[in-house]
Amino acid sequence: MIELDNVSYSYGGGELLSNVQMQLEPGSFHFLTGPSGAGKTTLLKLCYGALHSTSGRVRVFNMDVKGLDRDQTANLRRRVGVVHQDCRFLDHLPVIENIALPLTVSGRDTTGEDDNLRELLNWVGLAERADALPPELSGGERQRAALARSVILSPEVIIADEPTGNVDWEMSQRLLQLLVELNRMGKTVLIATHDLSLIRAAKNHVQARVLRISNRAVQLAGASL
Amino acid sequence: MSEGRIRKLFTGDAQADRVVPPSGFTAQLTLFVSGAMAFLTVFALALSLASGRLADRWASELARAATLRISAPADQRAAQTEAALTILNQTPGVASARALSVEEQAALLSPWFGTDAGLEALPVPQLIEVQADSTGYDARGLQLRLTAEVPGAVLDDHARWREPLVEAAQSLRLLGIVSILLIGGATAAMITLAANAALAANRQVIEVLRLVGALDSYIAHAFVRRFTLRALTGAASGVALGMIGVWLMPAASDEGGFLTGLGFQSWRWLLPLAIPLLAALVAFIATTRAARKRLEELS
Repeated sequence: MIELDNVSYSYGGGELLSNVQMQLEPGSFHFLTGPSGAGKTTLLKLCYGALHSTSGRVRVFNMDVKGLDRDQTANLRRRVGVVHQDCRFLDHLPVIENIALPLTVSGRDTTGEDDNLRELLNWVGLAERADALPPELSGGERQRAALARSVILSPEVIIADEPTGNVDWEMSQRLLQLLVELNRMGKTVLIATHDLSLIRAAKNHVQARVLRISNRAVQLAGASL
Repeated sequence: MSEGRIRKLFTGDAQADRVVPPSGFTAQLTLFVSGAMAFLTVFALALSLASGRLADRWASELARAATLRISAPADQRAAQTEAALTILNQTPGVASARALSVEEQAALLSPWFGTDAGLEALPVPQLIEVQADSTGYDARGLQLRLTAEVPGAVLDDHARWREPLVEAAQSLRLLGIVSILLIGGATAAMITLAANAALAANRQVIEVLRLVGALDSYIAHAFVRRFTLRALTGAASGVALGMIGVWLMPAASDEGGFLTGLGFQSWRWLLPLAIPLLAALVAFIATTRAARKRLEELS
């Protein structure tokens, strides 16, 4: 599904990631962990084409990400749902329209999707906030809205960058539960987090693998967590 | 651009339009600028059309008419006039030749001498009005023949008057055309600036749209549509006001000279109607280019 082959990435002078080997199988559930600044966000961005590797090859759905033009990159993003660390929305549109935004911009008719949209809002627990504007949402509500937006096009892969970064424990459990449910529906899930307790909690529900970035490389962490 | 895209530009996609927040004040500015520019274009167009018309009219009217002046002692004047008229009537290309009567000459001179000056007492030369037919005559040959047979005759074919007048009218027309081009360029520049400002102000919106998988064309379209429609409506109202202004100007009259008759004539009233379409085209191209450039800076 997503393959990184000998990938390196450097910002200006220093190398942030070097010779990364990574492979995500369809339907797998991965955590990506490591200290702050280790390159978790960078690695995720390489996976959905927001950044290009300095060397090595990133393949998503068997396509070389570097070879994609701007329109192909846009189409790739419709197949990979991303929950960004700083979930950004269109602040002038209500939550429900923001969640439907990927549908709108891909030119699909959203008029027939009302029921699905309501169902999705119920699933993330935002049914009552449907008409609120994004700035009126709490941190947890924003994260859930971002998750709903990332899955609206039914992507095959869901990438979440610190989805529980600024929410309380209860809310992070709820978000995790949603991601586990998506994985049970057959989606490939990759979550970057530095929250080890979240990873431990997940292991009770799903067979998750943990990748750790250390010394600029990605390693599969053992059962020690 | 396909027909479908043009149609989409005008009918629009309500949802696509909503993804970019409404811009309020800058929208009014774009409307105002394109309106003002269209208003000015109407006048520049009227000016260049009228001066073109003037140049043509002066050129043809003055070219067809000539004046023969006979300055001879009083006792020979009638004979020389007679001889000159005979020569003129024999010259191919001369449609008519007519000696002006005393009253007519007095009327011509009245602005300078008043009506009761008693022109009979003055040695006023006899004037003969010569009208050429459409083929024209050989002015130089005629002059030579007249010099030989009518010593007091001087042929004035108005070239001395005509050339600077026609030249002036032609440069006025050129000035009008240059003004229209400059106005078009200035409109393009201002819409580019406005579009760039709008794109910069909505940078975050554009980034969010890119992240959720919007194509560049989709994002650009939202901006291009707005600016094109604003330029179109702004220019349409500017043209309407400009045309009313031109229509209210006094009609051509002899008293007003070349300052009147600046309006449009017959089918040329349709020409200003092209201005809003051209303004929309200019806005379309300017915004498309600005949007493409901005989008390429984003991942």
